[in-house]
Order: sequence, then C-alpha cells, then structure tokens
Amino acid sequence: MHILRKLGFYLVALWAAVTLNFFIPRMLPGSPVDAVLAKLALRGPVDPGTRRSIEIMLGADDDKPLLQEYFSYLGSLFSGDLGISVTYFPMPVTQIIGQSLPWTLVLVGLATTITFVIGMVLGTIAGWKRGSWLDSLIPATTIMQAVPYFWLALLFIYVLSVNMDLFPISGGYDPSLVRPAFDYPFVSNAVYYGFLPALTIVLSSLGGWLLGMRNMMVSTLSEDYILTAEAKGLNPRRIMVMYAARNAMLPSVSGFAISLGFVVSGSIVVETVFSYPGIGYTMLQAVNNNDYSLMQGLFLVITVSVLAANLVVDLLYGIIDPRTRARG
Amino acid sequence: MAQTSSGRLAGLRRLLTPTFVIGAGLVIVITLFGLIAPFFVADPLAVDNAGMHGPTAQNVLGTTQTGQDVLAQLAWATRGSLMVGVIVAVLALFLSAFFGILGGYLGGWLDEVFSLFTNVVLILPGLPLMIVIGSYVQQRGLLLISIILAITSWAAAARVLRSQTLSIRNRDYVQAARIAGEKAHRIIAVEILPNLLPVMSSGFVFALITAILGEAGLSFIGIGVVGTQTWGSMLFYAQNGQALTLGAWWWFVPPGLMIALLGCGLSLINFSIDGIINPRLRTAPKQVKKAEKAEQVDKADDSAEQEEVMA
Repeated sequence: MHILRKLGFYLVALWAAVTLNFFIPRMLPGSPVDAVLAKLALRGPVDPGTRRSIEIMLGADDDKPLLQEYFSYLGSLFSGDLGISVTYFPMPVTQIIGQSLPWTLVLVGLATTITFVIGMVLGTIAGWKRGSWLDSLIPATTIMQAVPYFWLALLFIYVLSVNMDLFPISGGYDPSLVRPAFDYPFVSNAVYYGFLPALTIVLSSLGGWLLGMRNMMVSTLSEDYILTAEAKGLNPRRIMVMYAARNAMLPSVSGFAISLGFVVSGSIVVETVFSYPGIGYTMLQAVNNNDYSLMQGLFLVITVSVLAANLVVDLLYGIIDPRTRARG
Repeated sequence: MAQTSSGRLAGLRRLLTPTFVIGAGLVIVITLFGLIAPFFVADPLAVDNAGMHGPTAQNVLGTTQTGQDVLAQLAWATRGSLMVGVIVAVLALFLSAFFGILGGYLGGWLDEVFSLFTNVVLILPGLPLMIVIGSYVQQRGLLLISIILAITSWAAAARVLRSQTLSIRNRDYVQAARIAGEKAHRIIAVEILPNLLPVMSSGFVFALITAILGEAGLSFIGIGVVGTQTWGSMLFYAQNGQALTLGAWWWFVPPGLMIALLGCGLSLINFSIDGIINPRLRTAPKQVKKAEKAEQVDKADDSAEQEEVMA
C-alpha cells in the first residue's frame, strides 16, 4: 500500500512535468517560430515563405485542436521520439541526450555521493561533540552554501587553472590525447578534467547535509534510548554510530529530494562554466540557438532522472525506516 | 500589559546574539550600498577607452573590457539583485502561507490536493524549469523573472508551514476558539499566524537567499532580467568578456563576493532565529559545556544512587 501510494505520487509528478513541458510553449507569448524568425531577421531580410518552412521544421504547421495535439505528443513520447535538434541538425534529440547524459550522471552522481558521505560523517561527529572546534566550523560551511556554485567555479578556474596551471580550464577530456572509450587513459583523463567541477559541487552543497545531520544528531542525543544506552555502559562510539547516527540520518535521506533538485540546478550552471560536455552545457547551447525541441527534451530527461533517483531513495527509505511501512 | 512588553524585551535581548548582530550588520550595509550608492557613482554604462585596467584612484574597482566603471555597475547591480530578492521572497512567502497554512488548517481533500501540488512543485528541478520558461519569453522584465523564481521556490516553506499548522491546530486554545464559534479566517489570523511568525520569518530569509542565488544563476546563463543590472548579469558579462583568462579579478570577484556576503549575513540571521525556535540547536558556549560536564558527574552520581536503590 505504501509503495503503491509512492508510485502514484511519482506518476502524478511525471505527468505534471510532461504536461508542463507541453503547455509552457503554447501558453506563453511568443512562439518558437517567431523566435527563430527574429534570429534570422538579424542577419538580413527574411523571405515570407521561410515562415512556412520553419513551421514545418518545428512541427507547428498543423492546426489540430490542442487536446488532439496533446495526445499525439504523449504518444510520440512513449515511442521515444523527442523531435529533431536545430543546433546539431539533423541529429535527433534523443541521440544528443544519449551523448551528454553519461557525463552529467557520473559527475553529479559521484559528487553527490561523496558529499553525502562526508556530510554524514562530519555531521555525526559535530553533533556528538557539541561545542568542539568542528562544531564551530558548521556556520562556515553554511556560508559556503550562500556562495553561488558558478562563482566558486570561476574562482577555482582563475586561481588553479589560469594562474597555477594545475587543472584544465574547460572541457570533459582532451580530444587531442584520448578518444572516448572505457580504458585507463581515457578514464584518468576524464577524472583529471572532472576534478574541479566535482570539487565545486561538493564544496557548495556540503553545508546543507552537514548542518541537517548535526542538528538531527543534537535532537536525537536527548532521546531516552540514548540515555538508556549510556546507562547500560555501552561503548560511546557504539552509541554514537549505532544508536544516534543511524536514527539521525533518516531526515537527511528523506530530504534527498529537495537537495537533489538543488544540486542538479547547480551542476547545470557549473557545467556551463567549465564547458563540461554534459546535460547542462547542452541545455545552454539549446537556449542560445533557440533549439526548443532539444531544450524540452533535456528538461524532460532531467526531471525524469530526478524523479527516478527520488523513487529509489523513497523505496530504500521504507527498508531503512520500518515505521513508514507500518503506517502504510 | 507591562508583562507582555517586558516579555517582548526579553525576546529581543535573546535575539541580539553576536551572530545576529554580525548578520544584520552585513545585510544592512549591503542594503544601504544598494540604496544610496547608485546616486553617487558614474554612469555604469558609459563606455571609455581605458578598458580592462585594475583599480586606480579614478575607477576604484577598475574597469570592464569596454571601459565601464565596475564600482558603478556594482552599485546598480546591488540595487537590482536586492529588488528581485525582496519581490520573490514576498511572493514566495504569500504562496507558501496560502498553500501551507490553509491546507494544514482546513484539512480534508483540500489538504490532500494542496500537499500533492506542493510536493510535485518541490520535486521538479527548479532551474531547468526556469530556463525553459525564460527562454520562451523574449521581453523578460524584472517582474516576470521574479514571478518565475517565486513559482519555483515556495514549496519547501509551504511544507514546513503545513506541518507546523497541523500541530498548532490541535492545541487547546485553538479548539477553544473553534468551540466558541470563531470563524476560520479569524482563527487562522489571530490564533495560528502569530505562532507561525518565527518559522515564517526564517522562511522569508531563506527565500531571499534562494531568490538572489537563483536570479544570479539565470542571469549568468544569459536568460535573466533584460534591462536591469544584477550581480548575475555582471558575472555573465565578465565571463563573456574573458575576464578569467585575462586575469581581470576586479571584474568577477566583487559581484560574487557581494552575493556571498549577503548570503552569509542572511544565514547568520537565520541561525539566530533557529536558535530561538529550537534552543537545543544553539552551539553550546563555555558555561554550557561546564554545566554539561557537571551534569555528567551528576549523572554518574545518579546512577550510583540508582544502583544503591536497586540494591
């Protein structure tokens, strides 16, 4: 029952995302056709027939009723057809997304996992030893959260790449040295190029995890069962890890949804700073070229990935915290 | 009456921690800079031949690639960013209060629908949605960007307000008011809202940070407010003007630093508010540590006593 309810929620969220994706272009003033025409007009006079050609190219040529258009849109989504990109004409949108998605998945996935682990460990210790030097560092890390992701990235590039020449300025790998393949030279090169983007994401998202964990630790430590455990004379480390931290972690796990959306948004901007060949950078290309089908395809893929990650965490949460299952 | 005013004074004194004073000081200084400085600086858009040079007596923060004065731009950008931040935070506060408090108080199917809506908005990634909306609209005014930012950033606060409302709703004095025949809107305004003020003010401060960061991100990508300078748009032009590779730190460091300082000030304020809502979270000062140690000794004594009793 609990799982069904969860699945239902994610279905509704997915439907909302798809529907938004369909209606946003149709509700807002200014059509994609007008935008492309305006861009062409900058370069010189536009032939009246061009409008018709652009309409056909963008699939805006038929005057079907909105509802019918909506259902045919849903149908094409199910068959995996997201249209054709203008920027990388005539590549289909799905192919471009297929190329850029792995970069972002690995970058954001690894960075988030590392941040989560560091945040949980340090938060546990800070909450356990309240008032220690680590605890007084907590405000500093939340200040890091107020630093914009992309500005931190700019600073890193300026100091570490431009001035000290330690890391590359942009890109996901060196195309003059290696070819994308699953072998040692390529992976090590990609890690070298991905280090600064990952470091940026880790540093700017660490504060939230850390503070949340620390505060939950403090609250958990005043629970009766901690007192009982202390009274039993258990090893303090065992109380800290097995009794307090395990329970204090729960809200952090369930708060994953909010933070993941944040991290994904942040990584989009970070990717544009580093020209990292992932989803975010591709999205910027799409925006700059008025490539609406690519942009909407990317929005859909990002949303579906975030939803899927949350679904997995939610299902895992049922295993971690039996109370949610019992409540049903 | 005298009692309540002295109680209020005590509350005020509790708020005036060093953290709060530093945070409020930072925010006030930056706000004043945004309010007053634009009247005294040169034209931020005036182009000059002396481009891309570092700080001098004439241009305290140097110039951009086209010779525009960075300090002047910073002053106007501060005003623009703060304006966006405040508008968004007010809108987000209103939306979160509407969906959170109303849903939480009235309950039933309305609550189900409202919280489903809130959770869906919460889970959809904000920036991609903003990018999609923003790229379709060619005339991106200050108000439009603010509305887009507000739509995507109220949900988390609404969830907090809802759960708080749920717990207040069942307290005795609210029940009493309901039995006395008070109207729902009066109970919400008089009995519930005042108790939510600390949570709402913390939510407002948080919304300010999120809004300013969100606007900076949007502008940095190049789909921010058209016609108004903000910290994000300064960074956008700096990045596009090769400020990084040319080493023009005076161009890209100040706007980011302003965001960071303002964010820092606001989080410090939030820390103090959190400390009032939940006193246990305060970082323990020295006296408390001493007391805790004493307590531990007490505990040891207690357990010894207990053992004696047990025996």
